[in-house]
Amino acid sequence: MRRSIAVAAGVSLALIAAGSVMPKWLLFLATMSAANGLAVLGIFVLMRGGGASFGQGMFFAIGAYVAALAPQALGITDAVLRVGLGTLAAGIAAGIFAPLLARYRGIFYAMLTLALSMVLFGLLSKSGAVGGSDGMQVAKPTLFGSALPHDKIDVLLYALTVVLGMLAAWGVTIYNGSVAGLRAQAVRGNALRVEYLGASARMSLSVSFTICGALGGIGGAITALVLGHVEPNFTDWTKSGEFVFVAVLAGHHSVAAVFVSSLLLEVVRSFSNLYFPHTWQLALGGFMLLVILFRPAGIGSLWSGWFNKRRAEVKP
Amino acid sequence: MTQAFTILIDAITYASWLFIVSLGLTLVFGVLKILNIAHGSVYALGAYAAASFVALTVSLGWAPGFALVAMLLAAAAVAVVVGPLLERTLLARFYGQDEVLLLLVTYALFLMLEDATKLIWGVNPYFVSGPYQLFGNLTLPGGMKMVGYDLLLVALAIVCGLATWFGLNRTTGGKIVLAVIHNPEMSASMGVDIRRVYALAFTIGLFLAALGGAFTAPMISVQPGLSVSVIVVSFAVIIIGGLGSIEGAAIGALVVGLARAASVHLMPEIELFSIYLVMAGVLIFRPEGIFQSIKARVI
Repeated sequence: MRRSIAVAAGVSLALIAAGSVMPKWLLFLATMSAANGLAVLGIFVLMRGGGASFGQGMFFAIGAYVAALAPQALGITDAVLRVGLGTLAAGIAAGIFAPLLARYRGIFYAMLTLALSMVLFGLLSKSGAVGGSDGMQVAKPTLFGSALPHDKIDVLLYALTVVLGMLAAWGVTIYNGSVAGLRAQAVRGNALRVEYLGASARMSLSVSFTICGALGGIGGAITALVLGHVEPNFTDWTKSGEFVFVAVLAGHHSVAAVFVSSLLLEVVRSFSNLYFPHTWQLALGGFMLLVILFRPAGIGSLWSGWFNKRRAEVKP
Repeated sequence: MTQAFTILIDAITYASWLFIVSLGLTLVFGVLKILNIAHGSVYALGAYAAASFVALTVSLGWAPGFALVAMLLAAAAVAVVVGPLLERTLLARFYGQDEVLLLLVTYALFLMLEDATKLIWGVNPYFVSGPYQLFGNLTLPGGMKMVGYDLLLVALAIVCGLATWFGLNRTTGGKIVLAVIHNPEMSASMGVDIRRVYALAFTIGLFLAALGGAFTAPMISVQPGLSVSVIVVSFAVIIIGGLGSIEGAAIGALVVGLARAASVHLMPEIELFSIYLVMAGVLIFRPEGIFQSIKARVI
């Protein structure tokens, strides 16, 4: 435990130090990919627990809109509180839908989550109070009661994202190793067998889904603060599809792979946009196919295989 | 009463092309166990190809009626070119793998086909309204008017549905396909060429998608972005009806058509998500769709 805390703290400090020397465009890219990575971490937890959601955009959007509305509705401008509120709202929403969704498996689970997210897409697009299909501007955040200096706001939000991302990754690692986490893995293997052994597969899937939603909320809230704008497209099925792709790209071997994959996708997308402005989807689709073809177990398997080999060598 | 009738006509017209597209999707899922996101892109390819083929018949000075043949040929050409190419070179590598992985393969294809369509036909809209005016207006009992082309679309949907049902249930080839659906390994051991069945079913499925696109082209402006909306709606149709079921696709298309038409006429503000509300509602009461199949539980 102590070793993992030390590693997490060390990596966080190194990432924050790297952020302070990054050019502005790379800082933005890294922050956005980390925010998306948090939403993907949710999918990672859910997929490990036997579900596959094509509606993660819904919780991403709930987190983003709550963080956007907090200053005018509650007078809360603090970045941490706004992210906390977004997470809480998304977690509660996921907790409400979780028992209903836990009755489903496979593609029906994915499609019902997609339907729910598209209902929210329609509601947000038609609601004038939150800007309709154009979305709305987000007020600049403060941090611990102080206004963020204009030239430092990007670095500070990046640092906040790194800290939250690290805490979430650490939390998920602990959850994965806990009884509940191992039960979730067993549900993925065979839900019926878990039921016969006396545990509730539905409860386990509900817990996985609630964690998934809450993590989507953190990602959405951070995105709202960094981007300064929220829009209904956050809950569109194509956004949710991207989250699932990054989760598959990462594989189920490593939590760190989630953030690496998210960064990789953002880099490919940005460079495709820059160098192939009219055919960036072609490039992105080609990249996806290549990854699925040559690394179907995810890029996490690149280093998890190496670690496992080393462990096997150490403990014969 | 008049409004109810208008809603019904709109619903049936919408349901007819949607059924054709969804029929292809459900056929592909039934045989290959792939929920093909790129199906919507093939619908768009069918629409674009039809626009080009119809424009060609006009430039050659052929009689307006040939436009319908041109649309049919356009759909066939898209299916014959795209179907075997995608199935043999790409999808065949992933058979038997996790369904989410397969879904992502088709998602990647969907992204690629979006841009490929733009590269071939550009980003400007195409209009091919000629065939839409071929049959004029029909006067229905009660003085209501219906566009003749819409009726053609309904007839085409019925023909496609019956032909697919007949082909699967009353022909030797169809029974082989059903055997493959039921148990691919057993079918292979009995001498069935599974690869051929998969390639054929996939191509027919894509033909139905392209046919839906080709015959809706005269009713819409053919432009980028067509595929995104179609694919999610056709997913909704086959999820509501039950995956892999022809009857389910028909009922699902009607339910979606009615939901959309009713919301457009009665509550336009919920039009964007009425279909998803219905889909969620159906799934809550019938977790695997209306025509759900019974599956053995594996312990």
